[in-house]
Amino acid sequence: MASQDIIARSATTTVPPSVRNQQEVAKLIDTTKCIGCKACQVACSEWNELRDEVGHNHGTYDNPQDLSAETWTLMRFTEHETDAGNLEWLIRKDGCMHCAEPGCLAACPSPGAIIKHANGIVDFDQDHCIGCGYCITGCPFNIPRISQKDHKAYKCTLCSDRVEVGLEPACVKTCPTGAIVFGSKEDMKEHAAERIVDLKSRGFDNAGLYDPEGVGGTHVMYVLHHADTPKIYAGLPDAPTISPLVGLWKGISKPLGLLAMGAAVLAGFFHYVRIGPNRTEEDDHPAPPDTSVHVVDPAVHTFDPRGEDRP
Amino acid sequence: MSNKTILRYTANQRTNHWLVAILFFMAGLSGLALFHPSMFWLTHLFGGGPWTRILHPFMGVLMFVLFLGLVLRFWRANFFIDNDWKWMRRIDRVLVNDEESVPPVGKYNAGQKLLFWTLLLCMLGLLFTGLVIWRAYFSAYFGITVIRWAMLLHALAGFVLILSIIIHIYAGLWIKGSVDAMLHGWVSRAWAKKHHALWYREITRDEPHPDVPERPITKKG
Repeated sequence: MASQDIIARSATTTVPPSVRNQQEVAKLIDTTKCIGCKACQVACSEWNELRDEVGHNHGTYDNPQDLSAETWTLMRFTEHETDAGNLEWLIRKDGCMHCAEPGCLAACPSPGAIIKHANGIVDFDQDHCIGCGYCITGCPFNIPRISQKDHKAYKCTLCSDRVEVGLEPACVKTCPTGAIVFGSKEDMKEHAAERIVDLKSRGFDNAGLYDPEGVGGTHVMYVLHHADTPKIYAGLPDAPTISPLVGLWKGISKPLGLLAMGAAVLAGFFHYVRIGPNRTEEDDHPAPPDTSVHVVDPAVHTFDPRGEDRP
Repeated sequence: MSNKTILRYTANQRTNHWLVAILFFMAGLSGLALFHPSMFWLTHLFGGGPWTRILHPFMGVLMFVLFLGLVLRFWRANFFIDNDWKWMRRIDRVLVNDEESVPPVGKYNAGQKLLFWTLLLCMLGLLFTGLVIWRAYFSAYFGITVIRWAMLLHALAGFVLILSIIIHIYAGLWIKGSVDAMLHGWVSRAWAKKHHALWYREITRDEPHPDVPERPITKKG
């Protein structure tokens, strides 16, 4: 099993250790085998010691309604009507996709709060998290959640603590139908290919693997019966990428901005050195009034018939 | 006796200005800490990353409110007049301290007026985008695309603001007498005549003998 070497680190502009060549892992979720039992949700909650608040029934099987800081994986149920008029019950286990190019990691301003391991796992280090929520802004899959208790971001860790010691993630271990499998990314792709051949032979012509290129591929992949329309699986993005807005916000614009600020300071300094300060010549120092001289303003003519004021 | 006989800024105006300046530095430094990884060390000034994240928006809102005070005090003096456009065309002469051919300006020159409106625009931009990305209280009310735009525009407005203030501070250091005007309030007649001739004319209009000062001029222009 691949070791946990860190190969990418948030808010870090130098190259992290990347000499060792390690095997990438992946979790494969076969939506066509999933029965929606939610055992994976329970296993996740058990292993990670998470107890979300008991919510309310909103008229769907989704329970709880959404991911949260205490719910890192969630079955999303969709009742889909095919063109032929058949009802299909699509169930997708939602959670972090562990992108090869993680939007959360690109957006995070805190050094080391988000790390990517050599085996592909993207992990949050809550000790370094400052709670700004930039990871939410950066994520193309709407996964990270800020806890209202501690204002730290949380999401699926792909059970990095289990994987580190050679175990599979808790959800994989517990899945009763084998819909979730775990191994090297290559093996998982091979396994998926076999499943897709089988699905196509059973009439699912559009069956395929969801391993989106836009984020460099993911370390959580889906086998979908309708890989041509991922959207119908509770809004799984058709072609996820890091938003160009995030790319601009976190890309070259920032170093250029800093450069411009530095240049402005330097320009000021050298303007002072070359042109010099603009001083006012105080030529109108108010001289103390000289009482010995009688000031005569030629423009002012005074008429003093009696001449009483004359000296 | 000092020859600085004209009150350019009252004590209240000066206090307001420096409160905004202090908050600008606090909000600016904490903002730069999150602007780029190379500036993250600035979080240490505010008690670490989480404290920086907590304090920054409050400092920003306070800066905005105090800045509104400056706007209310100074907006009337910042409308552009004909001479301002002529002044701008002579900016090359202004920059080399050669003011012979530069037209006289009012209480503020075109550069100062431009700064005023740029700051107002940046402050408004920072406030509204800042509320959108204030995760603890407001982000939940906005969609992800709005938040992403707000993030980008917040950084842009902050950048323009900091750049403008760098120019503002340098202009103060360059034009001798300006910092004193904002620190103690008083300027000399020669300074007022040299840099703001129309303003000088206006505040001395009612004087019988404008060249023989008898008492300080505290009239607001």
